[in-house]
Amino acid sequence: MERLRRTMLFMPGNNPSMLQSAGILGADSIILDLEDAVSITEKDAARVLVRNAIKDVDFYDTEVVARINPLSSGFGLKDAEEIGRVKPDALMVTKATEEDVSTVCEILTKVEIEEGFEAGSIKIFPLIETAYGLENIHSIIKASPRVIGILLGAEDLTADLGIKRTREGEEIFYARSKVAAACRAHKIDAIDTPFADMNDCKGFAKDIHTSKSLGMTGKAAINPRQVDTIHEIFAPSEEEIDYAQRVIRAMEEAQKEGKGVFSLDGKMVDAPIIARAENVMKKAKLAGLIK
Amino acid sequence: MKIKAPAKAGTMESNDIYIMIQPNDEDGIIIELESIVMKQFGKQIKQVILETLESMEIKNIHVVAKDRGALDYTIRARVETAVKRAM
Repeated sequence: MERLRRTMLFMPGNNPSMLQSAGILGADSIILDLEDAVSITEKDAARVLVRNAIKDVDFYDTEVVARINPLSSGFGLKDAEEIGRVKPDALMVTKATEEDVSTVCEILTKVEIEEGFEAGSIKIFPLIETAYGLENIHSIIKASPRVIGILLGAEDLTADLGIKRTREGEEIFYARSKVAAACRAHKIDAIDTPFADMNDCKGFAKDIHTSKSLGMTGKAAINPRQVDTIHEIFAPSEEEIDYAQRVIRAMEEAQKEGKGVFSLDGKMVDAPIIARAENVMKKAKLAGLIK
Repeated sequence: MKIKAPAKAGTMESNDIYIMIQPNDEDGIIIELESIVMKQFGKQIKQVILETLESMEIKNIHVVAKDRGALDYTIRARVETAVKRAM
């Protein structure tokens, strides 16, 4: 089933209160985090808790993704194997390389056979947060057919690049553009890095508009309060929907009359404009804005 | 299966349960429970702890549990983690 992935909300993996309320916060996806949100002494406890939560807690229609620890850490392989057995929708691979994605893919193949799950049903979400990952994004995406999207992690990326992370985010313009274009080329989702300052509402809205304008399809959230704003901005506007509906109607009429190219409001309408209109309509339908 | 050392898991935060365990040679399973919902769910919480221990084939253990309203999946997770840490 095709699903909207406008928001991916991070939830700390060792916190029962937050895990059990994750499904009612309105996010399209939740990321149950075993990595940065969990202290090194509690990695084992969080793995068991997240495993049980995926098995027993109702997350309703929310997509459930578990962010596993880096494979090099000694925790990541165990995370993939143990969490894979309760069939999350996807595993998020941190600081992803081609090798990491292939390794996780192999583990999931083995788990799916042993548990009798449909082959390839557990997906992979690589996290691009190193200069290497960014420059090798195409081969990382192609490393497994399970890859359904990329999350850009700007904090680690800017640290790796040795540059300062700013509120305006000009320093990640290239990274955002590259991730958006690569994901579009492979027809997968491009999810933007979260915005950290919960009290800067204007800056937050501007940041979402920037990521949407560069071709990102969604944005990660670190607080449930961020979900509605992201959905609002990523949803097609009334104007966009109205125009798309008129394009589709005009196209249908032109087809009846046997015309290839036609005009609307005095402007020529051709294939890319129709494709954009169809895309807007699809998004609007998925978001429940039209029937 | 036998546990070798004392261990603990969980926190005292809301919706969690703090589990402390220690070996209890020959005396079977002893569970001491303190809970904010003792009256309503005390028996059930003890039952979930017991079932988790039995599923891990633990026969002799002393458990001290301080519950802050944990659901069953959390109780099972914290008991399992404590036992694995004590192995």
